[in-house]
Amino acid sequence: MKPAVLTGEHYMTGDEACAEGALAAGCLFFGGYPITPATEVAERMSARLPGVGGTYIQMEDEIAAMAAVVGASCAGVKSMTATSGPGFSLMMENIGLAVCTETPCVVVNVQRAGPSTGLPTMGAQGDMMQARWGSHGHYDIIALAPSSAQEIFYQSILAFNLSETYRTPVLIMTDEVVGHMSERVIIPDAKEIKLMSRPTPKVGKERFKPFAPAENGVAPMANAGEGYKIHVTGLTHDEKGYPVMTVDAQVSMMERIMNKFAKNLKHILRTESHRIEDAEIVVVSYGVSARTALAAVEDARERGIRAGLLRLITVWPFPSEMICSLAARVKGFVTVEQNLGQIHLEVQRAAAGKAPAYLAGHAGGSLISPEQVLDVIEHGF
Amino acid sequence: MKNTNQRKIFKQIIITGFGGQGIVLAGKIMGQAAALGDHMESTLIQSYGPESRGGACSAQVIISDTSISYPYVRSADILAAMSQGGYDKYIGMLKDDGILIVDQDLAKPHGFEREYVAIPSTRMAEELGRKMMANIIMIGCITAVTGALTLESARKTVSDSVPKGTEEMNVKAFSKGHDFGLSVLKSRQKKAAGITGAIS
Repeated sequence: MKPAVLTGEHYMTGDEACAEGALAAGCLFFGGYPITPATEVAERMSARLPGVGGTYIQMEDEIAAMAAVVGASCAGVKSMTATSGPGFSLMMENIGLAVCTETPCVVVNVQRAGPSTGLPTMGAQGDMMQARWGSHGHYDIIALAPSSAQEIFYQSILAFNLSETYRTPVLIMTDEVVGHMSERVIIPDAKEIKLMSRPTPKVGKERFKPFAPAENGVAPMANAGEGYKIHVTGLTHDEKGYPVMTVDAQVSMMERIMNKFAKNLKHILRTESHRIEDAEIVVVSYGVSARTALAAVEDARERGIRAGLLRLITVWPFPSEMICSLAARVKGFVTVEQNLGQIHLEVQRAAAGKAPAYLAGHAGGSLISPEQVLDVIEHGF
Repeated sequence: MKNTNQRKIFKQIIITGFGGQGIVLAGKIMGQAAALGDHMESTLIQSYGPESRGGACSAQVIISDTSISYPYVRSADILAAMSQGGYDKYIGMLKDDGILIVDQDLAKPHGFEREYVAIPSTRMAEELGRKMMANIIMIGCITAVTGALTLESARKTVSDSVPKGTEEMNVKAFSKGHDFGLSVLKSRQKKAAGITGAIS
């Protein structure tokens, strides 16, 4: 049997690297429903999980797959699923359940062009706003965007670490190109991989409340079957987890859920910058589009334009303050994404009129080319 | 992501044919040989969906000595065509000084006015007893003619990538293709030497 951590140098697709990252993070449950272009994540997990003592279940649809993931996590197992647009829509209801019940889990969306069934075999980044608030009600969420097979390996680990630390679903918003492209992936020794687990109860079984937050805003979590009294519901609940149908209970539950992010924002936010120190034009991008954006920034520099790249590793939460402070000193922003303006709207919002923000977008099905981005950089300002 | 301005090597390769010829495997072998064998950066974008199961199929491989940002081929340094449809579809993407290699029985480069390499890779594979090794013969030829991969890495990756029990046969096919490529280069050199002689 192969070990959970396949230490060594590999040539594999992003989807395969995603699965390997999850296994390296200690994921032992996958509730799935195959869909192009995410099928290879499920396929790899179905082949690998039994060999490392885990469980793979193919459910009857994506609603059930997500429900199984929430249930498995409540039982104490690091759990995930992977899907694409149509399945992501179906999973929304139970992603909301995981948010409300503060259940750690990882959902991978290998995005394809939509709306609806769209272009199943071709990539896009059209689900970025759905990732933000696709389930009903108000909440915060963490969404990561990998640009390469190597990065998706590490982001799978990061996603589990963040989800366990903050008791929240974490979304990996990748796309068909990163999912199906093969690249070198270096998997380190297991002992070099730092793993986080959910905070465990600090008080006795009689005094334990499953939703009483610790100082960092996150409530220690007892797993089902450990002997602690736990009650899990999607209804508005108190710190014991019992439904309480009052305004006060709603306000205090929401405060708790939002506080986890507000109190820990600096530990969650991740960006990467390239040649931004002296940049007049900041190109903002994420995921596969950031590769195009980087090529365009280099082309622009060759033409004497001071361009730089701000790559969002966490798209949600969004680095508003960073954009806001950049807006005070730059000529403007260009957002590169494979949709017709989603994160672009966030950049505009955060720039707050202090600097213009333009879009270099694409309807999906193909990557926007570096030439198209360069055109906006050259002629937009 | 690193600065990509300082690159010395940046080879964009398209391999194309019908689904079922092993085009995607050929791309994977080339990408993997470059990345793991030659310690270069490489990306492979492959056909997916119905075209990889019978229609016009392609694999795009980029090999570079620095990190690769945009992973699609913008203009090809090397085009290997194993079908007429693939040739017709991608010939427009070949650079003016790009290398064209065709399976001579499956793709006729009508109107292509420069020198190119014509190899009967499918016929050679049939002679070896397995038509499906034409892709491996083609990799051998590409390796010899273009220098995109080192011989050792390409041969080892072929051996690592084919079904167990068929390694020897496939390495033999690879060598046939490689020898064919070398003989093409040799005859070109002779020709070039002859022309120089005539001028001087």
